Amino acid sequence: MRGAPQISLNFLTQSTSGGGIGPAIQGTLILIGLTSLIGIPLGILSGVYLAEFGNNKYAATMRTVNDILTEFPSIVVGITVYGVIVIALIGEYSAIAGAIALSFILIPIVARTTEESLKLVPNNVREASLALGVHKWRTTLSVVLPAAKSGLVTGTLLAVARIAGETAPLIMTILGNRYFFQGLTQPMAALPLEIWRDSLQPQVSLQAQGWGAALILILIVLSLNIAVRIASIGRLKK
Amino acid sequence: MTSMNSTQDKAVNQQPIDLDMKMQSIGLNAWFGAKQVLKDINLNVKANAVTAIIGPSGCGKSTFIRCLNRMHELVSGAKTSGQVLLDGKNIYEKQVDPVQIRRRVGMVFQKPNPFPTMSIYDNVAAGLRLTGTKKGKNLDEVVKRSLEQATLWAEVKDDLKKPGTSISGGQQQRLCIARAIALQPEVILMDEPCSALDPIATAKIEKLVVGLKRDYTVVIVTHNMQQASRVSDYTAFFYLGALVEFGATKDIFEYPKNPLTEKYITGEFG
Repeated sequence: MRGAPQISLNFLTQSTSGGGIGPAIQGTLILIGLTSLIGIPLGILSGVYLAEFGNNKYAATMRTVNDILTEFPSIVVGITVYGVIVIALIGEYSAIAGAIALSFILIPIVARTTEESLKLVPNNVREASLALGVHKWRTTLSVVLPAAKSGLVTGTLLAVARIAGETAPLIMTILGNRYFFQGLTQPMAALPLEIWRDSLQPQVSLQAQGWGAALILILIVLSLNIAVRIASIGRLKK
Repeated sequence: MTSMNSTQDKAVNQQPIDLDMKMQSIGLNAWFGAKQVLKDINLNVKANAVTAIIGPSGCGKSTFIRCLNRMHELVSGAKTSGQVLLDGKNIYEKQVDPVQIRRRVGMVFQKPNPFPTMSIYDNVAAGLRLTGTKKGKNLDEVVKRSLEQATLWAEVKDDLKKPGTSISGGQQQRLCIARAIALQPEVILMDEPCSALDPIATAKIEKLVVGLKRDYTVVIVTHNMQQASRVSDYTAFFYLGALVEFGATKDIFEYPKNPLTEKYITGEFG
């Protein structure tokens, strides 16, 4: 609540030199978008594979690795991506490296929730489709996935809400930036980084800015959670 | 093995078998993991007739009909040996695609299982849509005809857009029959289709089953012997994974040859 007095149009849209957190908000939204773009399709694909075609040794290994990744310390993800992407591949702290790091956190969560929601679909629904002479992949796509849709939406939104607030992997990957978006291979600002940096500053005005940024981040996560609520109300009605 | 064959011979002898066989199982065995659930089943399914499979729980009746459209093998660890002929061709040949077999041999399950996310209309149309076999046919017409054949049209014709799960259990089961019919299969397998239904809904399904044999060959699994005697032309009695007796329904119920069959239909065990 100490962030509330900070909020103004200026605060939301100006760059750091103008006393605003515009770059951080923009950066966080870009990160959420990019990460979702990379992570959600891959996560859902893996989850579908595990649930519907995962009756073999290979999938069992994949499931274990996935479980380990889910509990992986996010700072370690950050360091790994720092070593592989930032140093070796791009040679620069960059927005895309941040999105890749966050994807490593997002994918296992989405894969897990996808697998769980698909397993909740009763087997007789699958059998009904297969007995009609429908191919397995078509059954998965047109019968099983729609039946699990609301669970998928809820799980995915919650996973996105979780990565929106991640700080540790971002320190090692996007670094932070005082300016608005410069390009995918350039350093970028983000709200969690802004909060972290501001809170370490001695100046009261910067600390206050951190409070404001925290409030905005909470509001973003909250709105994702509200979206989850709406999605699950839709499920209850059915 | 030999005793089984002699049982089968008896069955063959008591009923003159004509050549009008839609499906035949020859030396069919089935397993779940290491457990053998069907032992050397030789059974003929006559075209345009209703064949009932009766027997106590766990005797392999459901497994048997699931072997007739290759649904058995979908359970992990399940396997089969022997032959099942459909119009004289073995459906277990290597080059046969089980998906194609299931289009020709439809199935109705014990519990009504309409697709939960689809409307009544979409449920009936699902088979045609998802298998890509529309072939320019008028979908509306197919849906109407299928629902009529399943004696459901009059009850749902104004609610085709409602979810398939919104109607009663008996109606849902007839919806599942309509869904199977829409693909115009040659054989319809029914796995205890009335066991989850009340007597009135059961009576409707039974009437429907008798009507279906004009266009289709029907194999129905039931643990209700009165039902078998009411709807079927031929009856097979299974016990502990083996076919004990097979013949015209009238013969099986009035003059059972095998003492086991007699005990079962008089209610001494089961």
